[in-house]
Amino acid sequence: MMTNPGNRLTQGQFSFLPDLTDAQIITQIKYALNKGWAVSVEYTDDPHPRNTYWEMFGNPMFDLKDPAGILMEINNCRKTFPNHYIRVTAFDSTRGWETPRMSYLVNRPMKEPGFGLVRQESEGRMIRYTVHSYATDKAEMERY
Amino acid sequence: MSEAQPKTVPATEQVDLEAEFKTSNIQEVLDKLDRELIGLVPVKTRIREIAALLLVDRLRKQFALTSETPTLHMCFTGNPGTGKTTVAMRMGEILKRLGYVREGHLVTVTRDDLVGQYIGHTAPKTKEVIKKAMGGVLFIDEAYYLYKPENERDYGQESIEILLQVMENNRDDLVVILAGYKDKMDRFFQSNPGMRSRIAHHIDFPDYKPEELLAIAKLMLAGQNYRFSAEGEKAFAEYLTLRMKMEHFANARSVRNALDRARLRQANRLFGRRGRPLNKDDLMTLEAEDVLASRVFREGRLDQDPA
Repeated sequence: MMTNPGNRLTQGQFSFLPDLTDAQIITQIKYALNKGWAVSVEYTDDPHPRNTYWEMFGNPMFDLKDPAGILMEINNCRKTFPNHYIRVTAFDSTRGWETPRMSYLVNRPMKEPGFGLVRQESEGRMIRYTVHSYATDKAEMERY
Repeated sequence: MSEAQPKTVPATEQVDLEAEFKTSNIQEVLDKLDRELIGLVPVKTRIREIAALLLVDRLRKQFALTSETPTLHMCFTGNPGTGKTTVAMRMGEILKRLGYVREGHLVTVTRDDLVGQYIGHTAPKTKEVIKKAMGGVLFIDEAYYLYKPENERDYGQESIEILLQVMENNRDDLVVILAGYKDKMDRFFQSNPGMRSRIAHHIDFPDYKPEELLAIAKLMLAGQNYRFSAEGEKAFAEYLTLRMKMEHFANARSVRNALDRARLRQANRLFGRRGRPLNKDDLMTLEAEDVLASRVFREGRLDQDPA
């Protein structure tokens, strides 16, 4: 049954929509900057939903006023990792929040093989289920 | 430029420069500049020219007459206290009004903020500063320190190269203003011809005349709700003529320091005659004696602690 045609990864904001254009990304970054959040760029080639810690591309960018600098970093990251997942997160350091408030994909691999459902038989007739990314069968940097 | 490309109008149609001028509120900015900055004629002329260029550029765009975005990187040279930083601060606001930069904030840096301490430290440091300045104005004070000819392995050169690249490629995103003393900046440009050619506007800040300094002093006092008495003003004019001949005279900065000291003496004078009632005028007025107590008058020396 195809519930996710094209196997597009759906993580973070806007992931059910078509990919954001640069102009749309700028508007989203602008929103985060106006709220005083620190924006950072992260990438990974292991898109398992429980893989929360992606690699940081440079330091989080504090005290920026204009999205142009962040878009520059995004483009640098796209150039370095054209076939990785790249996401932009906006971190809110306000006491009580101290957490990412926004997170959305800005780059995805050309071909996304998606996830398979793995069934493990255990005691009795019990079945344990887990998802498995087909891409992670290969070594790092060869996955996409 | 942030706003969407305006619709083009047919070539036969006429556009109204006057109306465009009015809607942009530039006059207001220029008036404010005239009001709050005394003297500095070459600077104001150049700002007027830039304003006119950007305005005409906007009109040309309506006819789809595209031209390259003009480079507005600037170099301010002049003696200490001639208002380089103040003008840079205004520049952000002016360029924002003209729609040339998006945010109009000013990021002031010196060599320390750009150049790293070990190999591989400089590039990220410079880039971080540049990212912070995007959408506004990057003001590099005493820029000539970036280049140290006596040390060929100095990391300053790396920083200059990154700056050059950004000044060329990200012209829409930020305006770089270099500032420094004239002779040192000239030497800096001689050894970095690439930098010189990428900066379109070299603006020289002249020293202030005594009457301009007095006008500045009055403006500064008005900003802090003080004023001179008639004698106080005369005394301060005298003070200026004496002080200007002395060493370490830093134009408006020296004026500000002199005023701060006069305020100190005024407070002391009022405190000394406590018991008598004071009115608002007393609290606002700097008298001649507050100025004349300066050591500049008594000993012909600077007001400084002996230490």
